[in-house]
Amino acid sequence: MSTPLISVHGLCKSFPGVRALHNVRFELLAGEVHAVMGENGAGKSTLMKILAGVYRKDSGDIVYDGVGVDFPSPREAQAAGIGIIHQELQLMNHLTVAQNIFIGREPRKAFGLLLDEDRLNRQAAELLGQLNLAIDPRTTVGGLTVAKQQMVEIAKALSFNSRVLIMDEPTAALNNREIAELFKMIRALKARGVGIVYISHKMDELKQISDRVTVLRDGEYVATVPTAETTIETIIGMMVGRSLSDARLVGAAPAGDIALEVRKLNCGPLVRDVSFTLRKGEILGFAGLMGAGRTEVARAIFGADAVPSGEIRVNNRQVTIRTPAHAVANGIGYLSEDRKRFGLATGMDVESNVVMSNLANYLAMKVMLRKRAIRDTAGRFIRMLNIRTPSASQEVRLLSGGNQQKIVIAKWLDRDCDILFFDEPTRGIDIGAKNEIYRLLRALADQGKAIVMISSELPEVIRMSDRIVVMCEGRITGELSPDEATQERIMQLATQRDTMEGRLTA
Amino acid sequence: MSDPALVKDHKDGIAASGSGAVAALRRRLLGPAALQKLLAFASLVLLLIYFSFASPAFMQTDNMINILQATAVNGVLAIASTFVIITAGIDLSVGTLMTFCAVMAGVFLTYWELPMWTGIVAAILTGALSGALSGAVITKMKVPPFIATLGMMLVLKGLALVVSGSKPIYFSNTENFSMISQDSLLGVLVPDLPIPNAALILIVMAVLASIVLNRTALGRYTFAIGSNEEAVRLSGVNVDRWKIVIYGLGGAICGVAGLLLASRINSAQPALGQGYELDAIAAVVIGGTSLSGGTGTILGTIIGAFIMSVLTNGLRILSVAQEWQFVVTGIIIILAVYADMLRRKRG
Ligand SMILES: Nc1ncnc2c1ncn2[C@@H]1O[C@H](COP(=O)(O)OP(=O)(O)OP(=O)(O)O)[C@@H](O)[C@H]1O
Ligand SMILES: [Mg+2]
Repeated sequence: MSTPLISVHGLCKSFPGVRALHNVRFELLAGEVHAVMGENGAGKSTLMKILAGVYRKDSGDIVYDGVGVDFPSPREAQAAGIGIIHQELQLMNHLTVAQNIFIGREPRKAFGLLLDEDRLNRQAAELLGQLNLAIDPRTTVGGLTVAKQQMVEIAKALSFNSRVLIMDEPTAALNNREIAELFKMIRALKARGVGIVYISHKMDELKQISDRVTVLRDGEYVATVPTAETTIETIIGMMVGRSLSDARLVGAAPAGDIALEVRKLNCGPLVRDVSFTLRKGEILGFAGLMGAGRTEVARAIFGADAVPSGEIRVNNRQVTIRTPAHAVANGIGYLSEDRKRFGLATGMDVESNVVMSNLANYLAMKVMLRKRAIRDTAGRFIRMLNIRTPSASQEVRLLSGGNQQKIVIAKWLDRDCDILFFDEPTRGIDIGAKNEIYRLLRALADQGKAIVMISSELPEVIRMSDRIVVMCEGRITGELSPDEATQERIMQLATQRDTMEGRLTA
Repeated sequence: MSDPALVKDHKDGIAASGSGAVAALRRRLLGPAALQKLLAFASLVLLLIYFSFASPAFMQTDNMINILQATAVNGVLAIASTFVIITAGIDLSVGTLMTFCAVMAGVFLTYWELPMWTGIVAAILTGALSGALSGAVITKMKVPPFIATLGMMLVLKGLALVVSGSKPIYFSNTENFSMISQDSLLGVLVPDLPIPNAALILIVMAVLASIVLNRTALGRYTFAIGSNEEAVRLSGVNVDRWKIVIYGLGGAICGVAGLLLASRINSAQPALGQGYELDAIAAVVIGGTSLSGGTGTILGTIIGAFIMSVLTNGLRILSVAQEWQFVVTGIIIILAVYADMLRRKRG
């Protein structure tokens, strides 16, 4: 067997109040795809950030290419050939795609005095072409969809020609086609002898792409196993320390009265003639590809963007919703898919975020914050959702990605809305917590709440929904009952392109 | 009221510009970013038209020269501020730093009686060092820019008084010093255009700053840091070093402003300076640069600086009481930024 590219022994790392890594082992060979699995907060990202020079280790050995290393900053790690795609997008929104990709390595001209923008754009275009990406290198990153932004991050990491490439949940925001493209790239890199670390909560990806799996639990090393010879169930068992069922979650009672009725909703190019009804006690799944307009429908109903045309009826009463405050007053809640941008005040602590949308309930004499009550509520949700945090006063940005997502959910649960839109509620959430969230959604529905769940993970939609609405290019292309819903059937509806447009361009 | 013909002319001028390399160059200099500034530019034109109708004294050569002189100082300071503000930072020390640089020039030229170029170098170097010091306090000591530069503002104010003994320093030993700002090189060549050197210096500084901002690595990192500092750091760029350089560059530009001011009044006035930073910041935001970082243009800043000085000058000529001048200026600043916000939302 070849000597490992990276080998880690006895690695420890603590943050104030958190033991993130304890005595962790890890090994990466050249030309292997090594998956790292574990629940939210297990320490996966921390381990990778230490390898990439973002954090310093407390103790332990890291041997890279035969020599002990301890990178003081990302620059040194990069120079040594270790590239990383971070879990949270790290892009400069005001800069163009090309400028983002080559930040810090801009081609120069005029004796190095001036930037060579033409060459920069050419190189970026070449790289994007290799990835089969139809993105103009001169577009501003801030205007791209999250999926495209993620692809830009990937292109950037690939541009380093690293010997080690760490991917921390690169596919969380990608659709199947983009994932396939990414996997093609990964296989090509692998053939060139690059060592790849792959982190994901999507279990099906494991079998497709990885050679070995290392499992972490609570900051400790559990095991490293060859993927081909291990079942998914075994891996899940190692991750959560118990086995999980994947049975369909059906409601306790049939759906009740109509809670929300939407007729001929129109709003921009991605919401076209959308009509649907939602009943109390039911979970309505919204399936479709990224960019099909599902988020836009939710945001339009929630009053987050321009005022849509069409009719919205809540509890059989027509309402006009111009702002999110109107929506909330009408009992409608919306959990954003992009928690960093819309969902959380990441610089504030856990308890402030949890009560953020419901602060009026925590005031004494309408002005003074009732600290005790706030803390109690936060504590209740921390236990209920199993949020990994040293305390309710930890800043949210210091939590692992999955735990941040749980805070968003807690926030809306506390608001106690009757109609809840969950937009990709389990993105970046580990399999154990996913099950908790599924149970939670079902429990909410059983309490009589009306729930819309937008999700791009087909198994999840099929497993959770009482009815499934499929969208494509801003229109609803079909509705399925759980019995007729298969992945194939949904995909068929989700790719039912609008023939009008074809005619127009023809 | 507005002058559509003028605006239209401006647009047509761009659309009908020559072909090939010239067009490309024009697009670069006057591209979409510049077009966005049309709004600020239109308000400037509007102000000019209004004041020329309101008072015959306004459009006089002497008064125009006054405006150019005043804009030169504030404009150069605003250029310095633009760099810092694009990084999502702020520099409150630019006004007193300008004064301190002028005092240092006075020390070299009047106290030590050294040749003129040493005074110029001293002023610019003092600015660069002081700016870099602010940058170091911000990056290494992790003091927020607002506080760090607030501190520097007072430190420099005090030092200027100490070094000068609280008295103005006159440049009596350096006859040519006042030429820097007051003479008109252009006027010698084209007698009908007695534009003072100060305005030429402003233009040169603006062009250089534009090039630095848009075509060099320094400029790229200025925008990048303002857009997402953490992302830049994770990309392996030495953010601290670049920030120190950016604040240092801003300081050096303040040195130039100090020279312009000192040369204009032929003396270094140690008590002057505080308050200039707010005018500079106002010019920057009127020009469309966002205080939250990541966007901004030098052209916008220059237009902003002109709006500020035309307004001040015009109100004075109309004999508006000083008190009301403040009120009007304040309202105009708010309206200008509000209009810019509206444009952005629509755009
Ligand atoms: N900078 C920090 N300061 C304090 N605590 C931190 C910091 N970074 C991470 N942690 C904590 O360390 C633990 C491990 O976090 P890490 O981000 O490595 O988890 P993860 O396995 O990547 O989880 P996820 O799947 O949710 O991304 C968590 O409890 C987290 O709250
Ligand atoms: Mg993580």
